Amino acid sequence: MFDIKDLYQEVIVDHNKNPRNFGKLEDATKTLEGFNPLCGDRLTLYIKTENDQIQDISFDGSGCAISVASASLMTDAMKGKSLEEAERLFDQFHNLITSDDELDLEQMGKLAALAGVREYPARVKCASLCWHTLHSVIEGDATPVSTE
Amino acid sequence: MNNSEKIIDAFPSSNDFDINKIRADFSILTETVKGNPLVYLDNAATSQKPTQVIEVLDQYYREYNSNIHRGVHSLSQKATDVYESARDKVKNFLNANSTKEIIFVRGATEGINLVAQSFGLSNISEGDEVIITEMEHHSNIVPWQMLCETTGATLKFIPINDAGELIMEEYAQLLSDKTKLVAVSHISNALGTINPIKTIIDKAHAVGAKVLIDGAQAVPHTRVDVQKLDCDFYVFSGHKLFGPTGIGVLYGKHALLESMPPYQGGGDMISMVTMEKTAYNALPHKFEAGTPHIAGVIGLGAAIDYVNAIDFDAAANYENELLDYALSKVDQVEGMNLVGTAKEKTSILSFTLDSIHPHDIGTILDDQGVAIRAGHHCAMPIMERFCIPATARASFAFYNTHAEVDALFDAINQCREVFG
Ligand SMILES: Cc1ncc(COP(=O)(O)O)c(C=O)c1O
Repeated sequence: MFDIKDLYQEVIVDHNKNPRNFGKLEDATKTLEGFNPLCGDRLTLYIKTENDQIQDISFDGSGCAISVASASLMTDAMKGKSLEEAERLFDQFHNLITSDDELDLEQMGKLAALAGVREYPARVKCASLCWHTLHSVIEGDATPVSTE
Repeated sequence: MNNSEKIIDAFPSSNDFDINKIRADFSILTETVKGNPLVYLDNAATSQKPTQVIEVLDQYYREYNSNIHRGVHSLSQKATDVYESARDKVKNFLNANSTKEIIFVRGATEGINLVAQSFGLSNISEGDEVIITEMEHHSNIVPWQMLCETTGATLKFIPINDAGELIMEEYAQLLSDKTKLVAVSHISNALGTINPIKTIIDKAHAVGAKVLIDGAQAVPHTRVDVQKLDCDFYVFSGHKLFGPTGIGVLYGKHALLESMPPYQGGGDMISMVTMEKTAYNALPHKFEAGTPHIAGVIGLGAAIDYVNAIDFDAAANYENELLDYALSKVDQVEGMNLVGTAKEKTSILSFTLDSIHPHDIGTILDDQGVAIRAGHHCAMPIMERFCIPATARASFAFYNTHAEVDALFDAINQCREVFG
C-alpha cells in the first residue's frame, strides 16, 4: 500500500524546512504572484531572464509543505534552463503528478520526489501552483495566477 | 487498530447517553477510509445523516413525489401537508410564534442574503451603520459588504480578544443611533466561541437596531428560543443539523417580514398577477418563490424529529465531555496550539501544530481515516486576526466517541513524526 511517507519523502520535508532560492530577487526582470484560493497558499515568483534563458529565479510566500517544497525544487531545476526547456519540464512535471503513465523518474531528477502527489488528487494544486505561475510568466501573463 | 473493527466507546458516560445506539443510526460511521475506520470529525462543515432522515427522503421520492401548493390531486396534497408540517416542526424547534415566521431558504447563506437584500435595501442608507464581528463566516460578511457598497452605509466590526471572545466594551462603543442592524454568529465555526447573543440583542435594541443571529453552528449543539432571545432574524442550515443540504431556515419576526419587500419573484409568492401588477402572497410564501426544495424541507423535518427524539441536553453534555477529553490531551502534544480558547465554547478544536501547514496535517490525518477540516474555514478575517494562514479543525458531534478522540491524537502524533 502507498505510505504517507512516500508523499512526505525526506527531500520534501527538507525542502520545506529549508527552502532553496527563497527570498526576493532584486534584479528580477519579471515577477508574478500565484495563489490557491482554496488553501490560501500564496507565492511570488521572481525570475531573471536574458536571451530567453533563465539566469536566476527565486520565490517567497507561504503555503503547505508540498507547495513550498515544489517551488524550492522547481527553482533549483530551472536555473540556467532556456524558456523552451522550462516549458518542456512543465509538461513533464504535469504528467508526473497527474497521469497514470509509467514514469521515467530518472529523467526528472530531484523533481521525482513529488511523484507521490499523484496518489493525492486533492494536493495536485499545491504541487503545481509554482509551475503554473512560471508557465504564466513565460507566456508573458501579468495577472496573478489562481488555481481555481 | 483492526481495520474492520467498529469504534465502540469504552468510556462510560456520566449521563447514560447511549452512544452505541446513536451510532447505529448513522450507517456511514462504519465506512472505512484508506483501510482505516472512518473517524468523522468535520461536523462543523456538515453533519452526517441518520437513517431516519435518509428513509424519509427515500419515501418522498418513491411514494408521493409531486409539486406542492398547486395540485388538487392526492399526491400533491400529501406532499403539501408533509412540507407544511415540517414548517410547524421548525416553528416549534425555534419556539417561534407562528409558522408565518418560518421561511425556507437554501441555507444560512441565502437567509442572510435575503435579509441584506430585502430588509437591508429598504431600511439602510448612506450614513447608517451595520455591525458584525471579526469572527464571522464569509456568509455573514460579504452580503453586508455588498449592501454597504450599494447604499453607502458603513460596516463596523466588533473586535475579539486573544481567546477568541468578543470584546463587549468595544461593542458598546460601536453602537449608536446610526446602527441599523447587528449581525452576529451564535457560535463561531472557526473558533467554537459561544457568543453572548442575548446581551448583544438587548444592547442593539436599546439603540433601535435590528439583530440577525447566524445560528448555523448553534442549532446542532444548543436549544434556541427565538422569543426568549428576542432576535429579529435567526438563520440556520439543515445540513449541519443532520438534515439534507440545500435547505435552511430564515426566522423573522412577523411584523418585520410583513414590512419587507419580496426577495425573488416567481410562482408561489403571488396571490394575483395581471399584466400590469402583482399582488404578493401572504407570509411565509411571499419569500418562497418557485418550486422549493420539497424533499429538503421534508428531510429537515425528519432531522428535527430525530434531535427531538434523542435527549438533546444529554447529547450536549456528552459533546462537552468529548471536548474536555480532547482538551486534556492537547497539553500532551508538544507544539500543538489551540486557536480559540473562549470560556464559553462548543466542541470545535481549531489548532496549529508546530509550523506544519494545516493542509499537510489534513492529508496525514486522512491517511489514518481521520476527517478534519484544514484551511481558513471561510473566515479569513479571523485568520488575519491571529496572524495565521489557516488552522486544522476537528469538530465533534454527539455520535463521536472518546476512542475517536484517541484516533485523532494518534494521527496528530504521526504528523509530528513525518515532519520530524
Ligand atoms: C457560522 C456559519 N455561518 C454560515 C455558514 C454558511 O452555511 P451554508 O453554507 O450552509 O449556507 C456556515 C457554514 O459553514 C457557518 O459555519
